[in-house]
Amino acid sequence: MTHLAVNGLRKSYDGREVVAGIDFELVPGECFGLLGPNGAGKTTTLRLTLGLTQCDSGNITLLDYNVATHAREARTRVGVVPQLDNLDPDFTVRENLLVYGRYFGMTRADVERRIPELLDYAGLATRADTRIQTLSGGMKRRLTLARALINDPDLLFLDEPTTGLDPQARHVIWERLRQLTLRGKTLLLTTHFMEEAERLCHRIAIMDHGRIISIGTPRELIAANIEPEVVEVYGDGADEWATTSGSQLAERCETHGETVFCYARDAHALVANLADHGNVRYLHRRANLEDVFLKLTGRELRD
Amino acid sequence: MTNHSSIFNLRFIHVWRRNLMVWRKLALPSMLGNLADPMLYMLGLGYGLGSMLPQMQGVSYVAFLAGGVVCSSTMFTASFEAMYSAFSRMHVQRTWDAIINAPLTLDDVVLGELVWAASKSLLSGCAVLLVAAALGLVGSALALLIIPVILLTGLVFAGLGLIITALSPSYDFFMYYFTLAITPMMLLCGVFFPPEQLPFAAQAIAQLLPLSHAVALSRPLMNGMPPDHAWLHVLVLALYAGVSYGVARHLLRKRILK
Repeated sequence: MTHLAVNGLRKSYDGREVVAGIDFELVPGECFGLLGPNGAGKTTTLRLTLGLTQCDSGNITLLDYNVATHAREARTRVGVVPQLDNLDPDFTVRENLLVYGRYFGMTRADVERRIPELLDYAGLATRADTRIQTLSGGMKRRLTLARALINDPDLLFLDEPTTGLDPQARHVIWERLRQLTLRGKTLLLTTHFMEEAERLCHRIAIMDHGRIISIGTPRELIAANIEPEVVEVYGDGADEWATTSGSQLAERCETHGETVFCYARDAHALVANLADHGNVRYLHRRANLEDVFLKLTGRELRD
Repeated sequence: MTNHSSIFNLRFIHVWRRNLMVWRKLALPSMLGNLADPMLYMLGLGYGLGSMLPQMQGVSYVAFLAGGVVCSSTMFTASFEAMYSAFSRMHVQRTWDAIINAPLTLDDVVLGELVWAASKSLLSGCAVLLVAAALGLVGSALALLIIPVILLTGLVFAGLGLIITALSPSYDFFMYYFTLAITPMMLLCGVFFPPEQLPFAAQAIAQLLPLSHAVALSRPLMNGMPPDHAWLHVLVLALYAGVSYGVARHLLRKRILK
């Protein structure tokens, strides 16, 4: 059983293939991350799966509905947190939930019953009658998340849910999202924050140029694509050290800006060698998702 | 994507109710505006200018004017709502995006906006009718038939306004439509004077414009007479309403669901 199955999905705009044949599945209760640089096709993939844009070819099954013919019906069991806040600025917190519930065919009484729980979840219990304009960015995001839960959906779509938030607000959102996975909700999340993906997602698909270039658990992705240890070397003499010692002792060395990244299965020799070069500064750490991401999608700027 | 045919379901009501809920917060100033604007026209032009004029088609100038202002007021309200307000909800506040993430389709949204803009203009047209009645300018109970004329006129200009909204990159774009369409209609379509006063070419153009047909219905009804060729005018307005709605829906699908 799957909550979402995407097969051979393609979409072009003006001859440019934005989604170039992707396949993935979401099993109930998992948090699945779509990771990719700007313009990789993440948001288009979400729009296609929700049936808001028609695909050129491929099949999408969303909660047992064929999206090509029954997207609207499928959306009755889906919640969406969009990239840009689109709360209703003319309404209070409570009114936003009330009006949104109506779009799902809920009666006023149905929604009123759900509101206290949702406000608690969003940490806005004391703000029910506040106008939207006076809420902080973090509060608005939490309300958007609560609004997406109004119909008690089985599956949630979250498009860059923490973009533009400060670290405190981001941690609160992460904690709320983990509560949802603990309650058995299925989550489909797009992000370009590696930390977010690594913390929240059970499985991740890395997307670039409309394709999924790697898919698996965070650990699998790291193990499959990159050496387990990294030494970042920077400061005066880093370049010179890299050409003389680094390139011999590490499996792989890459220079980016003023930092040399040395990847190794075992970094002991590297670290020991660096200890003898007092003027060079370094950081020894485990390889993470960001290393995988940068290796797979390259380091050039994306605009 | 199926479910394009919103006509056969009532989901658009949710969009209409959302707009009503916002409007209710500002209902009082909004209704005062609906009353004040036409009142100024009728008092200023009707009595001011009218006192220097002879009878027009057998009635005082202010009674003549009332039948035109009902329609122009309806046109303005529907146009403003379908352009500035709908554009805010579509492009600035992204309200439409939020709605179509729920189990509503864009077609539901477009129909909801169309009916909403027409409803608002119905209110504003009826306000003029009320003012006219209070000033003793209403000829007979036939004037009640103006109400469906207002609704139809509202649907026409809501549909046309939504076409402009679909094409508009920003609020500034609406000025073209006002300058090139709304103002000429205001002046050519018989709101202030009988179109027969115009040169023949201008009369011919005016006959193609929807406001002429709205005025041709509402003016005689206001003055207690059945309009000539009533069904022809109704048909023209219905065609304008139907076609503009279809075109607006097509353009908005292209813009939003791309």
